[in-house]
Amino acid sequence: MDYSEKVMDHFANPRNCRKMEDANGVGTVGNPTCGDLMTIYIKVEDDVIQDISFQTFGCGAAIATSSMITEIAVGKTLEEALKISRNDVAEELDGLPPIKMHCSNLAADGLQAAIENYYENNQ
Amino acid sequence: MYLDNSATTQVSEEVFNEMEPYFTQEFGNPSTLYKIGRESKKALDLARQRVADAINAKPEEIFFTSGGSESDNLAIKGIAFKLAKKGKHIITTNIEHPAVKNTLGFLESLDFKVTYLPVYEDGLIKIEDLKEAITDETILITVMHANNEIGTVQPIEEIGKIAREKKIKFHTDAVQSFGKIEVDVEKLNVDLLSLSSHKINGPKGVGALYIKKGTRVVPLIHGGGQEKGIRSGTENVPGIVGFGKACELASQQLEQHYEKLSSIRDELIEKVLATIPEAYLNGDRENRLPNLVNFRFKAIEGESLILLLDAKGYQASTGSACSSNTLEASPVLTALGLDPVDVHGSLRISLAPESDEFDVDEFVNVIEESVSRLREMSPLWNQELDYDGVMCKKHDDCRLC
Repeated sequence: MDYSEKVMDHFANPRNCRKMEDANGVGTVGNPTCGDLMTIYIKVEDDVIQDISFQTFGCGAAIATSSMITEIAVGKTLEEALKISRNDVAEELDGLPPIKMHCSNLAADGLQAAIENYYENNQ
Repeated sequence: MYLDNSATTQVSEEVFNEMEPYFTQEFGNPSTLYKIGRESKKALDLARQRVADAINAKPEEIFFTSGGSESDNLAIKGIAFKLAKKGKHIITTNIEHPAVKNTLGFLESLDFKVTYLPVYEDGLIKIEDLKEAITDETILITVMHANNEIGTVQPIEEIGKIAREKKIKFHTDAVQSFGKIEVDVEKLNVDLLSLSSHKINGPKGVGALYIKKGTRVVPLIHGGGQEKGIRSGTENVPGIVGFGKACELASQQLEQHYEKLSSIRDELIEKVLATIPEAYLNGDRENRLPNLVNFRFKAIEGESLILLLDAKGYQASTGSACSSNTLEASPVLTALGLDPVDVHGSLRISLAPESDEFDVDEFVNVIEESVSRLREMSPLWNQELDYDGVMCKKHDDCRLC
């Protein structure tokens, strides 16, 4: 698979890869049958993402996008974070192989699911 | 350390040296009558003899092709077109190489009927299933000798016996088994057998089809009538010379390599299964090639594992959908009845006899570290998970693709 250096860096040295015990928003997307499953954990205070982490079962691209979104989203307000798109994540990684754009580029969906979960928990 | 020898192998120096003069000096066309043409013809004859000797055939039963895929195509379409008036039913298995599987798919589009015998958890077919599948219309049985992904070896001799009793033509794809275990066309009771050069330290782009004397096939490539009209086109003389040499070397070293490789294989299987929790061997433990093992590890995805192993200097492969061009999980592993999630966690290791410096303990440590690392990252490892089951289109109603 022809991955960019940035993808390989995030795959080999994933940022914020851990289960977060005191998260107040958790979102899991994907399906292990397809080969990608991702859980995003967020800790929100005053509408701002103070801490974010992930756990991912999947290919190099799935792990790299998970890692990348934790760097993009940390410190952002929920409103800003909801605007992060799949393309934003791919662009920050200097692109993904075309075949991976859809199946493994799940991180933006994962973050949205975590934020929705936070809203549900804090209504 | 290159551990993907089922994908392709390095051309050995002896093979390369033997080929070299046929590029620049002995460049003659073997069909011509003057000296450099005759020299090329002689080289072809020698190569044909060497290939024949390696499988206990006669030289006139060897037809050179561009490789395993062409040999499979020629055998299957060649027989199907020849015998279509007699019947249009063909029997195969559900773990064949794409060169067989997709050729049969093409024949189905021309109204041939194909029965795909299932393999069981051990990766082997049952003879009873074969007997039941045979009809008066059956013209061909094609069953691979050894599987390219899991290395299991089918009961070819027995299948051949049945085919012969029923007067049905029998083809086997021996691309993976050739050079690893004994391939003897007489013992195997086959009418047609496919071979490839680049899996046995020969060059790419050359192979052969064994066609038993008295078996007729329709050619796929028409032209100047080379290879007794069965495969036209000026012969790939350097390639064929290299293939012949590779066959000679493979036969000479067969037993020695078998001993060496199977002992490394056994040690590897034993240590991986003992060291790594939730690790399993795919395919039958006994009926397998000496050089190939396929494992699966729970809760991890194979492409990631391949990347981590590569970073540590080991090149291997996986049946994970994520590493294929089509995003489809390995049909072979799926045919074993494995859960799709487990197919993702597969690892194929195929050894080469020349890998003397291969340290099994060191490699098992690297696999263990890599698998642990991916499991630490995986939400599927040691966790009960409640997830929103969105799926890709290839899998029911996934909305991802």
